[in-house]
Parts: sequence; structure tokens; C-alpha cells
Amino acid sequence: MFVVVRMPDGSSHRLEALEGWRVMEVIRDWGLPIKAECGGACACATCHVWVDAKWLPKLTAPTHEELEMLDGAFHVDERSRLCCQIIMSPELDGLELELAPESLADAPPARLAVGG
Amino acid sequence: MLLFDLKPYQAEWISIKFAYQTRRDVTGKPMAANGSTTDVIIIGAGPVGLFAVFQLGLAKLKAHVADILDRPGGQCAELYPEKPIYDIPGLPVCTGQELTDRLLEQIRPFEPVFHFGEMAAALGKTEHGQWQLTTDTGLIITAPVLVIAAGGGSFVPKRPPIPGIEGYEGKSVFYAVRRIEEFRGRHIVIAGGGDSALDWTVNLAPIAGSLTLLHRRPDFRAAPATVSKMRELEAEGLVRFELGQPVGLKGADGKLEAMAIKRMDGSTGEIAADTLLPFFGLTMKLGPIANFGLNLNENLIPVDTEKFETGTKGIFAIGDINTYPGKLKLILSGFHEAALMAQAAHRYVHPDKPLRFQYTTSSSELQRLLKVA
Repeated sequence: MFVVVRMPDGSSHRLEALEGWRVMEVIRDWGLPIKAECGGACACATCHVWVDAKWLPKLTAPTHEELEMLDGAFHVDERSRLCCQIIMSPELDGLELELAPESLADAPPARLAVGG
Repeated sequence: MLLFDLKPYQAEWISIKFAYQTRRDVTGKPMAANGSTTDVIIIGAGPVGLFAVFQLGLAKLKAHVADILDRPGGQCAELYPEKPIYDIPGLPVCTGQELTDRLLEQIRPFEPVFHFGEMAAALGKTEHGQWQLTTDTGLIITAPVLVIAAGGGSFVPKRPPIPGIEGYEGKSVFYAVRRIEEFRGRHIVIAGGGDSALDWTVNLAPIAGSLTLLHRRPDFRAAPATVSKMRELEAEGLVRFELGQPVGLKGADGKLEAMAIKRMDGSTGEIAADTLLPFFGLTMKLGPIANFGLNLNENLIPVDTEKFETGTKGIFAIGDINTYPGKLKLILSGFHEAALMAQAAHRYVHPDKPLRFQYTTSSSELQRLLKVA
């Protein structure tokens, strides 16, 4: 099974996914730059995604905790989810979503010379 | 000067259980701004930084610990204070706060000096070859060894993705309130729905020219008593509550005139305001450590696996911030790294004194250091 992730730069990635894995883990393990600071504990809001509307009915409804954590995200709407809370299952094979810009991991800074 | 609010957003305030030296004067300014000297400087008071104090302490090395948060625990305090952790050896389950408290108890005999609310800003070297760390408040700590245990970096406030917001920061947009009086008479929008947003709504409403609380839903993640107080102020007409999210700023030269909002039904609106206080919690940024001249590999610091030393002699990196073949970002890995780091740190601080490896179970010397014998 797979998920399709659109990144803030417009690029689209079809990622193979395993049943039982969190979508955040799928994105991270394929090496796409997702912040996911708390590692999947629903304790930050840095894996915010917008799920394509047609997939929304197939998702398990967000918990109260997830809705609360979404307060720390921006441009939240009815398609907003924390993708660490979406668990891959056969019904979600082909899931399409977009990563919110604030969930994009920083590019590594350039190395600066320093006097010693 | 601190630019942002360090009040815990997601965590209940839990007081530090032990009285540590804080080295601040009555006004909150750090004391001895040009004078702290120690054996080892540790950046980061997360679990790995705290355990490093223990391992260094067994080697009779003193440590100063600087952290940008206002309390110990790092991610354990900021992200997981109430979340159970299941993979600490010997502790089948404990929360982030419990782990922090236990580590503080464990390192107490070694009397570390903590510098909370201090961001490691710059690194230099003295003429005697010692590392000199300067924080954003101007505090300077000098030591022969520097240990970076900074996890994912510094916790800093989330900046709303509003075009041009940087140009308003410091004039109209603030991520912290230092002196309430500076907000007297201002027309304020507070955005967010956590403790910081609600606390400042309640505290600023009585002196503001007008105050609007902007949040995307009618529920809040804040102390119920504060929410009730906000609702009282709303009934009195001192607070206006608006359901929506910030999407734009209007004004010129850093002077805000109005803020554009988007409501949940998709409609848009405008709130006349000269001040915006966004409180959306904290996020991690590597920050000034990126400019310390160390090799970086995708924001991580490569180290050897014998001493966990960086490519720069006398600078070590332990815990989530380092990388090496096979690295696992586990708290227990950081503990192991701290133990080996301490052995090597001793050689820098006391090059003439070999360190005898001893066990706490049998060594009366270590037991004296631990104040149990």
C-alpha cells in the first residue's frame, strides 16, 4: 500500500507504506523533511497535514487530544490532521495529503568559519 | 534580552523540587556577568544533560548547565511532562516529569549550577585555550570542556506564517510580555488558545485600549479558572472573543493597523489593532550552535563513538543532537554517551591526573561524593 504526499514546494511523492505504521513515520522514514518534533506522541503540532477531502470519511476521527494539539498549528481547517495520529490500514491505501509548511524541517544551516 | 515567552505552553508549571543556585540578582539579571568559571559547560538541561552532571560528578568535575527553557527537563518537560516513557532501563513506566525529577534528585550531590532562560549564543576561546560560552543575556561561562546536549535545539516560539510578519516584530508583534505597562492603552490581538494566550488575555485586558482574543475554536487548552475569568471579562466588555485564525497584517514601517483573519466558515474579516501577541507554542531550532564552527550533518553534530567528541577538541556532543553510525535517538543512548564523555572530559580538565574507574556499589570515594557514606 502507499500514500501520496505533496510537499510545500509542490513536489509529490508516492511512498510505500506498511500497515500499522503512522503516516508521519512513513514520511520521515522515506527521508522527506518533516519536523515531527515529539516523535509521534501527539505532543506537538509539527506533523500537520491537510488530507484530501475525499479521504476524510475513511479516517478515524481525531481524538480530543489531537484537536487540542492542532491549536499549535496554522491555517487549520476541516482537512487538518496530525499525521502521527493516522495509522496506515488497507482502507487508506492510496491516501493523499499535503504537508503544512510549518511542519517542514529546517534545511541544514551552512557551516560557518569560526576563529578559535 | 529575552525575546519570547518562556512560560510553559503545553505543560502545567511544576516547581523545581530542589533549590539550586540560580546566580540571578533580585531583578532577575544573571549575576557575575563576566565571571563564571567551571570544569565543564553543558548546553541543555534535558535528561542527557542532567545525567552528564552525574557522570562528570563521579569524576569530580563540576558543571554549569545552561538551558533556554525556564526549568530543567528539556523535551521531557516541554513536550512530554505527562506522557509515559516505557524504555528507561529499570523504570517500566515513568512520565517525562518524573524522569526529570528523579534525575535532579540523582545529581543533587554534585551541586550543578543551572542557568535557566539562557540561550547559548556564541562560543569563543580564551587566551589560555578555554572555551567561553556567552548567552543571549550576556552571561559568560568559561571552562576547558564544552558538552552540547541540546537535543533538537532551542525551544523558540512558533512564528505564524503571515507574509511580512518579521517587519512588525519588536514594534507591533511580540512573542512575550516583559513589562505589562508597555501595553497600556494599546489595541491588542492575542492569538492562540493555550495557557499563555489566556493568561495574557486576562492580565492585559484591564489596561489595554481594546483586547481581542483570536482562537480557531471555542474550547481552550488552558487552566479552567483562567478560561472562566476570560469569559467574565468578555461579559464585562473588556475582552472580545473572535473565532478564527490570523492570516494577514496591515500597516506600514512595522506599525500595525489591522489584522486580517479567516473564520472557520471560510469568511474573512479584519480587526483594528496596533499590537499582536501570537501564542502558538514552541518549536525547536538549532539556533546559534550552528555557528559554533562545528561540522554539521543535517543539523546533527558528528561525533566519535569512543568519547562522543566532535571534530573540535574539547567539545563533546551527546544525546539527540549527535550522529554516528547506528545512532538511535533514545534517552538511554544519551546516558551511555554521557558516561564515556565524562572519562574523556576528565583528561582535558586534569591532564596530569589519571582517572581510576570505580563502581558506586563498592567505592567509598564515590559514595562520599554521592553523600551516602
